[in-house]
Amino acid sequence: MHFGVIVFPGSNCDHDAYHVFRHILDVPVGFVWHRESDLKKYDAILIPGGFSYGDYLRTGAIARFSPIMESIIKEANAGKPVFGICNGFQILIESGLLPGALIVNQDVRFLSQNVTIEVDSTNSIYTRSMKKGHRLTMPIAHKQGNFIADEDTLKILQNEDRIAFRYSKGRKGNPNGSTDRIAGILNKKRNVLGMMPHPERAAESILGSDDGIDIFKSIIGVS
Amino acid sequence: MKAKIYISYKEGILDPQGKTVSHALDAIGIKKINSVRMGKYIEMEFNGISKDKASEITDESCRKLLANPNTETYTFEIVEN
Repeated sequence: MHFGVIVFPGSNCDHDAYHVFRHILDVPVGFVWHRESDLKKYDAILIPGGFSYGDYLRTGAIARFSPIMESIIKEANAGKPVFGICNGFQILIESGLLPGALIVNQDVRFLSQNVTIEVDSTNSIYTRSMKKGHRLTMPIAHKQGNFIADEDTLKILQNEDRIAFRYSKGRKGNPNGSTDRIAGILNKKRNVLGMMPHPERAAESILGSDDGIDIFKSIIGVS
Repeated sequence: MKAKIYISYKEGILDPQGKTVSHALDAIGIKKINSVRMGKYIEMEFNGISKDKASEITDESCRKLLANPNTETYTFEIVEN
């Protein structure tokens, strides 16, 4: 499985993601500059975290019009896995590949801390190797991660089993105030995942947690 | 000619920044404010086109980029400099 890691001006978790694939999992991976347009050789796409275009206007709003996005939307609609982390999630929402919106955290602060999330839907390549309720500890690092959606959209996400991850219960568990404790969602076809927490920053024990590797292992189908 | 564009959160969308500012105003003794909503103000300048054309371009800019239709609404006016 060949992974493509998209690089926008302002991406800053691109090398972390590359490291996970290349050095921890030993699978083929390449960087794809946002001005490129051909994604044919890649089997899965990762849109990393960071501050694409300085978060100007709205997070992800300008990256959404980068040349590469047209190809990403095409590949996603054709069923190729597209995985957006943090700013990648924000870009996927701006591009319309995922529903809802990510607004400023409830305390209007940038949050950089560990959270514990729970696997909700196991019906995706990202979560298929885990059990429902499986807990994973990894960092969040964002100011706009407060997931909201109108009632109809929320019902659809719940009824179609498209909530991949929830923050654990309690005020401390859901620090950004996301509706229904949503930390990550899937598209209708279940090949696109967006999540605010950073599994690539918790993928080996030297980083304090290697829980995040479970998600990447699930994608490539090893345990 | 100039477009003055106002972007704000839709009714019913939580505005944590507005809420925080509202609390701060209350804390410094400014009372009688029911709520505070924060938004964005954008200006765009045009040269040598009709007011209708400027309005059309402004509306397209708002729809495609400046406002997020999921969370925001926009209004604008076209004014002579």
